[in-house]
Formats: sequence, C-alpha cells, structure tokens
Amino acid sequence: MSASNPSSHDALSVAQDWQSDGRKIALATVVETWGSAPRPAGSQLVIDDEGNFEGSVSGGCVEGAVVFEAVDAIESGVPKMLEFGVADETAWEVGLSCGGRIRIYVEPVTD
Amino acid sequence: MQATLISEINEARAKRRPVAVVTGLGDHAQRLVTADNAGGDPLGEAISNRFRSGKSGIVTDENGEHFIQVYVPPPRLVIIGAVHISQALAPMARSCNFDVTVIDPRTAFATPERFAETKLIADWPEDVLKDAPLDAYTALAALTHDPKIDDIPLKAALEAGCFYVGALGSRKTHAKRAARLMEVGITQSQMDGIDAPIGMDIGAANPAEIAVAVLARVIEALRKAPLEQVAAA
Repeated sequence: MSASNPSSHDALSVAQDWQSDGRKIALATVVETWGSAPRPAGSQLVIDDEGNFEGSVSGGCVEGAVVFEAVDAIESGVPKMLEFGVADETAWEVGLSCGGRIRIYVEPVTD
Repeated sequence: MQATLISEINEARAKRRPVAVVTGLGDHAQRLVTADNAGGDPLGEAISNRFRSGKSGIVTDENGEHFIQVYVPPPRLVIIGAVHISQALAPMARSCNFDVTVIDPRTAFATPERFAETKLIADWPEDVLKDAPLDAYTALAALTHDPKIDDIPLKAALEAGCFYVGALGSRKTHAKRAARLMEVGITQSQMDGIDAPIGMDIGAANPAEIAVAVLARVIEALRKAPLEQVAAA
C-alpha cells in the first residue's frame, strides 16, 4: 500500500477516470487468501474491454488470467468468482508459485 | 458495481472518511456503509471491527457469503516541531508508509534544508489544522515542549480521537501541561491517553534513538490497539 500517495494510481481512481472517458471496465478484487498469497484481501485491479489494466491482485502472478476473465465479464455483464492456487494445475501454470491460494471476484462496472 | 458507487467511495476517500462496500457473493447485491450508518446495518458489528482493523474480508451468515471491502484512510503522522528528533522521525515514519507532516511556526527551525523530503508547514498548528483536521487515523507527536505551540494541537488531537498522541517533556513538564489542558476541558482519562514521557522506554540517548522510541509507540498504537475511537468519529 502506498499510503503516502493513496489516490493517484490506485485501481478505483483509475476506474473512475476510465469510466468517465466512456471506457467499458471491470473490477477484480481479492476477496480471500490462504497461505503466502502476495496481496491481501481488498487488493484491486481495474480492467478495460481492450485488456488494459491498472492495480494489482497478486504482484504479477495471475494478472494475465484475471484480465482475460474480466474482459469476458465486461461482455457478459455477469460477475464471476475466480480461484487460483497451487493445488490447481492451471493456476500453477499462470504462476502463483509462492504457495498461496486466492479467490478473486470479477465484476463489470455498470452506468 | 455501479459507476456511481465508485465515485462515492472515491469522494469518501478524498475526505479521509472510512467507508465499506458489502457485496453478496451469491446474489451480487452491493451496498455502501459509512461509519455513521454501520450501526443500522445487519453486518454492522463486523463492519465496525473492520473499520478499526482496516482489513477487508469475507463474513458468512444465513444468507451466505458477504465480502466486506473497507476503505480506511492511510495513517498520518503529524509532528509538531521542526526539531532535531523530527528530522530523524519524519523519514523513518515515511519508510513505514505514514503520510508525514511537520508543523512549526518558527521559521528558523522549519527550513526546507533541514527537511528536504518532508511535507513541512511553517505556520501555527491551529491555523494548519483548520484546513486539514485531525482524525482517528492520525497520530500526533508534539515535540517542541513549548506550550504556545504544543498545547492547542494536543487538545485537538485528544478531541479528534487520534489513534496516538504523544508529547515530549519530563514528568514535571507533563504535570504542568496536564493542569493547563484540564483547565480548557480535557479530562483526566484523555490526559492518561497521552504518551508522556514520549516514546517506548528503550533508554534512548539521542534524537535519532528518541525518534525510534516514538515511532515504535505509534506503530504499536496502530497495530495492537487500533483506532478505538473511529466508530465514534
């Protein structure tokens, strides 16, 4: 957390800017962690429908997969829950190799 | 999430007001909860606890899982006095992620040369605090031992429920300070909440070591007995 500069580059500030620019966006939020997950619950990522993103939900480990799912959520308009962890072979491939598990809630932003 | 909810959260954050967003993970319903209306919320107690801890997380009740996302202001440290201890304390506190401000009306002390990287305001604390009021997510350390400079911000810090209030000075100095502050409406129990003599008792022998002792107390107040007053703020 960059406490000294809370509101310039964080996901929600960027989300508001992108939304007012007319971009279609989604938010991804870490809702639960187990073990040595890299980012705590509440960490957020904002994603637009072209796959641009700002913020962090895992320090780089699973952002790629989250962005892919978020673009899908923007199209469908339906929130979804993602889970990543070492027990899951796919998750291992996308790289949460620190041994932790995380659940991430992905939701489209509506007008 | 609705776009209007995002702007409401951002507005609260800009004003340093704690807010929570509760999301039903089954039905996707969302609501915004503030410190003022948490009491009337079905998950009010859990939300109030999370306002104090600053941690987001899931709670489960008969309706299923709810994610409580709390947005609390980043902790601030306001240092009264651009003194030698402050020169050591400000950068250390910044490295621990505090948003640090040093206030001192004495322009001989409050020079940019002495506080190169620090937000420094060469003005009277009472004037500065009018524009940037203290709150429960702020720590205040009064380090001038000059009553003309320290007393008003100390009183303001106690009244605002700052999570840490410390004042430099010997026991004798502090007893005189207590007498003055209690004449202007501060209670004995509020006085007892002041960390004085300031800092953890580590036998600190010079300004930098005193800064370590003060910062240790500030962190202890933040992490171990966090923000008891915030629900009332």
